[in-house]
Amino acid sequence: MSGLSLVILILGLALIGWLAGRMRAAAFRRGSRRRYSSQPVHHGWFVALWTLVPPLLFLVLWATVSPALVTDAVLTNPAAVHLPPLGFERASILSEARSLAQGQSYGAFHQLSQTLAPAYAAAQARYDWIATAIALLLAFAGGAFTFTRVGPGLAARTQIERVVMLLLLLASLIAILTTMGIVVSLVWEAGRFFARVPVADFLFGMHWSPQVISMRDPGASLGAVPLFWGTFFIGAVIAMIVAIPFGLMSAIYLTQYADPTTRKWIKPTLEMLAGVPTVVYGYFAALTVAPAVRQFAVSIGMANASSESALAAGLVMGIMIIPFVSSMADDSLSAVPAAMRDGSLAMGATSSETIRKVLVPAALPGVVGGVLLAVSRAIGETMIVVMAASGVATLTANPFASATTVTKQIVDLLTGEAEFDSPKTLAAFALGLTLFVITLLLNIVALTVVKKYREAYE
Amino acid sequence: MSRSLVPEVPTGTAAPIAHRPTDWTTQASRRRTRRRYAAERRFRLTGLAAVWLSVGFLAFLLVSMMWQGLSGFTETRITLPITLNLDITPERVAGRGGNLALAGAGLEGAVDAAASQAYGAGGADLLSDGAWLRVRDAVKADPDLIHRRFTIDVPAAADIDVAAKGEGTPAAEAQVARLTAAKALSRGINRGFLAQADSTDSTQVGIWGALKGSLLTMAVTLLLAFPIGVFAALYLEEYAPRNRWTDLIEVSINNLAAVPSIIFGLLGLAVFLGTFHMPRSAPIVGGLTLALMTMPVIVIAGRNAIKGVPPSIRDAALAIGASPVQVVFHHVLPLALPGILTGTIIGMARALGETAPLLMIGMRAFIAAPPGGVSDPATVLPVQIFLWSDEVNRGFVEKTSTAIIVLLVFLLAMNGLAIYLRNRFETRW
Repeated sequence: MSGLSLVILILGLALIGWLAGRMRAAAFRRGSRRRYSSQPVHHGWFVALWTLVPPLLFLVLWATVSPALVTDAVLTNPAAVHLPPLGFERASILSEARSLAQGQSYGAFHQLSQTLAPAYAAAQARYDWIATAIALLLAFAGGAFTFTRVGPGLAARTQIERVVMLLLLLASLIAILTTMGIVVSLVWEAGRFFARVPVADFLFGMHWSPQVISMRDPGASLGAVPLFWGTFFIGAVIAMIVAIPFGLMSAIYLTQYADPTTRKWIKPTLEMLAGVPTVVYGYFAALTVAPAVRQFAVSIGMANASSESALAAGLVMGIMIIPFVSSMADDSLSAVPAAMRDGSLAMGATSSETIRKVLVPAALPGVVGGVLLAVSRAIGETMIVVMAASGVATLTANPFASATTVTKQIVDLLTGEAEFDSPKTLAAFALGLTLFVITLLLNIVALTVVKKYREAYE
Repeated sequence: MSRSLVPEVPTGTAAPIAHRPTDWTTQASRRRTRRRYAAERRFRLTGLAAVWLSVGFLAFLLVSMMWQGLSGFTETRITLPITLNLDITPERVAGRGGNLALAGAGLEGAVDAAASQAYGAGGADLLSDGAWLRVRDAVKADPDLIHRRFTIDVPAAADIDVAAKGEGTPAAEAQVARLTAAKALSRGINRGFLAQADSTDSTQVGIWGALKGSLLTMAVTLLLAFPIGVFAALYLEEYAPRNRWTDLIEVSINNLAAVPSIIFGLLGLAVFLGTFHMPRSAPIVGGLTLALMTMPVIVIAGRNAIKGVPPSIRDAALAIGASPVQVVFHHVLPLALPGILTGTIIGMARALGETAPLLMIGMRAFIAAPPGGVSDPATVLPVQIFLWSDEVNRGFVEKTSTAIIVLLVFLLAMNGLAIYLRNRFETRW
């Protein structure tokens, strides 16, 4: 019996358990004037859960141990003595026999796997039957036992609510698990990378060319400083030169000058800029902005202007970040107490003087926090730079020259045809770890600044 | 404050300074006021310009995508007079295996021959590689055609298509001029675009394969992220004790919401592919990865919605004897649901447009058939856009923009739905 049909069968049994439990509970309540803490439906769920959960837990456990059991059974086959000793060939013969037995492939490369395949199929079938029998037994036993317990004395609702609470707790633990998964997988793979390449070479090396990695000294061509500079230059300099004035001025206009109707329409429209997928921005940057930037550079007499310039990627990234800066600035400006504004206006200052000399300085910590969050967003942005920035790492402050970023290099390193273990692939994880740490720090600093500032005005 | 810092006021001259009012009518004063008002106007205009330029960027982006992409929904067709004379009976064409029988009888060669006959040597190069399939469908609809002369409009080759729509190579432009003079060119709706998958020929590509991949991926994401996100939000907002563990959960959720998406791709690569050996480029892996990314968004939106339900509702339910679980599931959750759904849709829209993490888990392969299930190799809309944007063939420039239009329509629909839900169902207490 296949796994899916078994699960469906167990679900069916659980449904029967639900109906039976509910009917039994309804029966003992009928005619009785007592009030019970549990409704019939709670008894139904109680029986259904006991029918459903134990066999499913068993099946999950079984799925992890059964391949080893099946392999052990195959190894007791007389033909298995011809298997080569532990190693790659042995594993490949076994996996070939498995795919033959499961009907996933038809031709065999090794003669031996052909002979082992029937044994594999037989062992698989035997263990599948055992699993099915145990699962069904568990379902029946759980269902029958709880069904007999259904009665006036059973606090079914308490039991059900305990299960629900457990479920809620487990769901919120997923967030911790994910964070741990990110940290562990990045640190683990980066650790393997740093076992081959010294940390100092990676963090302070000035030369990045992963296409040619020498076996003797892999650190010589894996110095990430040009990438860090490119990321900073595109994400924190060029993009912010676009995003900060536009975002801040939009926020000022919308909060201080615009009438409510305009604000109601313009604000969601601005936010649409943030909703456009980054791949669309990337395409726009590569197809429209980059050629225009190059043409401009050539027209002002720059001979070696790149068509994958830092400026094109940075400009488009800045446009993408505008609504982000704008909404953060909007929040901080609105948080400034009205008394400060009114005081300034009452002294005879014009609106713009009030904004420039009172509101913006008062909101500055919040705005700075918002800008830091925007920078963290910009340096983690991938598709724009993948499509519009160059793959060549150069250390330059010329916005018309080509520059590359950490995210672009991660994509380039991992989408090549390299095996999983090469320094090239592992370098991507080291870059990922660096990116993760930097964005994390930026976020922590930004949130602390914003929080401090909010407290100051509350 | 030390006394020495306060300027000593000469006793004899103090009174006149305090009592003379400022004269606002002097030349200097008026000039100053004018200057300040001008600065005010300038500042205000700068703000207005910033708003309109930002909106202008958006408009320019959307209009340029429309401009380049709308023509991708149409195809250029060439009128082809054709006499098939295939060695095959109409009954076999109409019966089962008709497609195979027609291909075996040399239909493709016959179509090429007809093109050469009609438009000179090299006439077959004018037609799309999929032209004979159009003829096949026509013949299957009316099997009598195999022994009769008839004319049919078939899709043109990629370079002819590009030239007919505007900017082709000089050679192709010349061909188009020749065909137009012969009144052999026409325009029609490209039905295949919404029904087929990726292809190497830009006239035969379709978006359906990627769209189906996206739908499967989104289904996995929704099935995982929605219940987990809602449950976590309920736990944190309604039940969690104030202790270190709860703080840890909150901190990790807030951090996850700010982690760059490509990091989730690395997680998916290392854990789902590297450790659990799940299939590469399958919607299930993409869906899992995106679910981890979307879950914090749903939790944060969900918590805000739950916070918005007034405590009086909980107190009332508790007072008439509901248990804490009943309070939440019978009263708080239904009232918070519109807000939660709005947040979920916005999170899903973001996941739908996400590209980088899916590149990491291998969803960038050339997939010529729509996926049959969640474990088949597939691609998704944004990745398809990325792949087509990398193609050198000119025909793909237009198709990329067309695919972007399809993606944007979906995103717009989702965001519209979110706004509608918010306006229609959200209660202000």
